[in-house]
Amino acid sequence: MALDPKKHAMPVQDPQVRAHNFSEVALGYTHEMAIDEAKRCLNCKNRPCVQGCPVNISIPDFISCLKQDDIEGAYNVINKSSSLPAVCGRVCPQETQCESKCTLGIKFEPVGIGRLERFVADWHNANCKESPKKVASNGHRVAIVGSGPSGLTCAGDLAKAGFKVTVYEALHTEGGVLVYGIPEFRLPKAIVAKEVDTLKQLGVEFVTNAVIGKTLTIDELFEQGNEAVFVGSGAGLPNFMNIPGESLKGVYSANEFLTRSNLMKSFRDKCDTPIMKGGKVVVVGGGNVAMDAARTALRLGAEKVYIVYRRSMTELPARREEVEHAEEEGIQFELLRNPVEILGYHNPDNPRDERNGFVTGCKVIKMELGEPDAKGRRRPVPVEGSEYVLDCDTVVIAIGTSPNPLIKSTTKGLEVNAHGGIIVNEDGLTSRANVYAGGDAVTGAATVISAMGAGKVAAKAIIDSFK
Amino acid sequence: MYKILSRKELNPTVTQLEIEAPLVANKAKAGQFIILRVDEDGERIPLTVAGTDKKTGAVKIIFQIVGATTEKLNHKKAGESIQDFVGPLGKATEIAGKKRVCIIGGGVGCAIALPVAQAFKEQGTEVVSIIGFRSKDLLILEDEFRAASSKLVVMTDDGSYARQGNVTVPLKEMLEAGEKFDEIITIGPLIMMKFVTLAAKPFGVPVTASMNPIMIDGTGMCGGCRLTLTEDGKRVTKFACVDGPDFNAYEIDFDEAMSRSRMYFPFERKAHEEICNLYKNA
Ligand SMILES: Cc1cc2nc3c(=O)[nH]c(=O)nc-3n(C[C@H](O)[C@H](O)[C@H](O)COP(=O)(O)OP(=O)(O)OC[C@H]3O[C@@H](n4cnc5c(N)ncnc54)[C@H](O)[C@@H]3O)c2cc1C
Ligand SMILES: Cc1cc2nc3c(=O)[nH]c(=O)nc-3n(C[C@H](O)[C@H](O)[C@H](O)COP(=O)(O)OP(=O)(O)OC[C@H]3O[C@@H](n4cnc5c(N)ncnc54)[C@H](O)[C@@H]3O)c2cc1C
Ligand code: SF4
Ligand code: SF4
Ligand code: FES
Repeated sequence: MALDPKKHAMPVQDPQVRAHNFSEVALGYTHEMAIDEAKRCLNCKNRPCVQGCPVNISIPDFISCLKQDDIEGAYNVINKSSSLPAVCGRVCPQETQCESKCTLGIKFEPVGIGRLERFVADWHNANCKESPKKVASNGHRVAIVGSGPSGLTCAGDLAKAGFKVTVYEALHTEGGVLVYGIPEFRLPKAIVAKEVDTLKQLGVEFVTNAVIGKTLTIDELFEQGNEAVFVGSGAGLPNFMNIPGESLKGVYSANEFLTRSNLMKSFRDKCDTPIMKGGKVVVVGGGNVAMDAARTALRLGAEKVYIVYRRSMTELPARREEVEHAEEEGIQFELLRNPVEILGYHNPDNPRDERNGFVTGCKVIKMELGEPDAKGRRRPVPVEGSEYVLDCDTVVIAIGTSPNPLIKSTTKGLEVNAHGGIIVNEDGLTSRANVYAGGDAVTGAATVISAMGAGKVAAKAIIDSFK
Repeated sequence: MYKILSRKELNPTVTQLEIEAPLVANKAKAGQFIILRVDEDGERIPLTVAGTDKKTGAVKIIFQIVGATTEKLNHKKAGESIQDFVGPLGKATEIAGKKRVCIIGGGVGCAIALPVAQAFKEQGTEVVSIIGFRSKDLLILEDEFRAASSKLVVMTDDGSYARQGNVTVPLKEMLEAGEKFDEIITIGPLIMMKFVTLAAKPFGVPVTASMNPIMIDGTGMCGGCRLTLTEDGKRVTKFACVDGPDFNAYEIDFDEAMSRSRMYFPFERKAHEEICNLYKNA
């Protein structure tokens, strides 16, 4: 059989339809597509793809199983390295990780590794109902702070090694960014709930509504009998632009906008949490977060959604696939633009006018790409006198987040770097004995798979420390 | 789920509940707050910790029925449970080292102010309290305030009880008469706190205001609770849930805070009507 130069296209919901619903955009491979796609893999001896995966999934091995229609076998291979395959198969930036190293990619399109991973995980979740078995206790107790991908992964690996694990989560639902940030149409919340459920069956205990540093401190977690603590508290602190008008009504951080829609479910009618919907929306930023906010705004009923980004399409940091999906859905990209001021309604004759203080527009300035900076990225410079106003009712600021200082400020002896990231060694150990950390809390905003990898590293170090 | 241990109506629009939440009861200090959700589809709303009992694990909250969520909460009976209850959040009020303070509460803000007054009294600080209400039937916690204060002035807007007028009147009188306070702490409607601050300014008394913007997570993650302060001539953004809720009142942009607090006004009005109708028909 001649090798198909292209990977099998992902079946997706029609853009016109999906722009108005919150159901998943990408529908997943069918069984036939998955087997056919698996057959494109050359099973390379030097396994370059594995190097591209931050948790080194044995990619050729799981694809080999899949070729022989042994889907559960494929799942077992993946599961040795990854505890969240249904999640990573959907949201990993595969094009810069595993797939970027694929031999096929030199001449053709690489193997659709992420799509295959998703297929295998979904198949397993749909067909294998047996619950995971609890492992005999080794008598040791560990507490985990935060239930994002790093915390969930660390908890899973420790529970499988016989540790008694308790996960403390500040919010009312487990999952971290997977539930409050990434929208339903990219990652159905049922998938995250299923992963959490599996951990519960393994004996992991979850305590929601517990803000470590406030409800309990890390020192108290040790006093209660935990012998190690893993901090996976993420990078939840939203950055603002510090331009005039950011406190007007209708200006949101992406975190607030997405939290209202995802975690608080304001996308459904039957829900108490309000969100501004409809009208025109400006989203500032060019990452995955900006794409998610823009596409959420569209689905909430906005008539027009702009993405304002200060560099050009080539530099746009969001995943290519997400950008393409956004464009297909009708999001308008205002590239090489930077907001300088947010404008609001003001009725000088009537201070009680209900419209006072609401956003009416966003003033942006055109940018040009200048000299490359230290990282080789060309720096955007404003074009003087080129300002103009985009009419809008809502502005969502998606220009990044930093690690939340809450844990640092309540834990003595925990060292952080200039960006607020917790300092760790190669085992994930912090400056405090038996306190480990990983994920966005260490690196700043990164990826699901890197957070998961950090959870694994710390779990291994904790297991080794009790040997 | 968090069990409601007791329920008491303080006036037609203000209710007190005790919720079983031992972790919060163990930790909470005056000035801190909790965030709760009544049910699965509920909104997260912040309420101040109005008292704790470490032995029973009870946390007291006192709330005014203003919208959909507080309406729903008011329909919960003792013995029933609410979905979520997290805290204690925010920084505790700084009480150390003060000899004489003036506490000014307005309306349901008095519920927030009372534990602060009590904490001051407990450490031996002399407390002068001024509490104000729109009218007599809205009066709450008078006895409790009397017990916590060396002097208490009660004001009503319409004169239906005690002295007529708003809380700034007795404050100005005291300051003009030369009374000295190490600090004035004001908790209540934004407009009241703004005018208390203006009244105190000529006398150079430090004023702390307890701010109550719209919140979601309460952990510094969403930025929805942001306020603008002027520190050393520079405008800075602060998050009330982690940097507050107490702030130096002279630095707060009250007008902006008032505007932001009305962001969801039309939505809330509609939601409240819907909830009220639900209970009417039931
Ligand atoms: C909108 C959005 C879209 C994204 N899209 C992608 C994508 O497509 N692909 C990708 O790979 N990555 C994506 N990311 C990034 C990815 O989600 C994160 O890198 C990853 O979730 C980090 O995992 P974590 O475990 O470190 O922390 P988080 O997922 O942030 O979880 C931290 C958890 O800890 C809790 N917590 C914090 N402080 C405390 C405390 N004091 N006590 C108790 N609990 C606490 C938080 O409530 C949270 O639940 C996206 C991020 C966002 C915001
Ligand atoms: C730190 C903090 C502590 C608080 N402590 C208490 C307390 O101890 N007792 C108490 O009764 N209330 C307290 N509040 C206010 C309380 O959170 C709101 O009254 C509540 O969220 C209203 O919810 P709702 O759904 O019933 O009303 P909504 O439908 O949300 O609002 C109804 C009306 O109340 C206004 N409103 C909404 N949220 C607030 C707010 N946060 N502050 C002032 N007005 C608001 C709306 O603009 C609207 O006019 C506190 C707020 C904060 C931030
Ligand atoms: S986890 Fe991510 S990087 Fe690793 S193989 Fe799967 S899709 Fe590729
Ligand atoms: S590099 Fe590509 S073709 Fe080679 S084994 Fe990996 S996935 Fe298969
Ligand atoms: S309530 Fe979200 S940051 Fe304060």
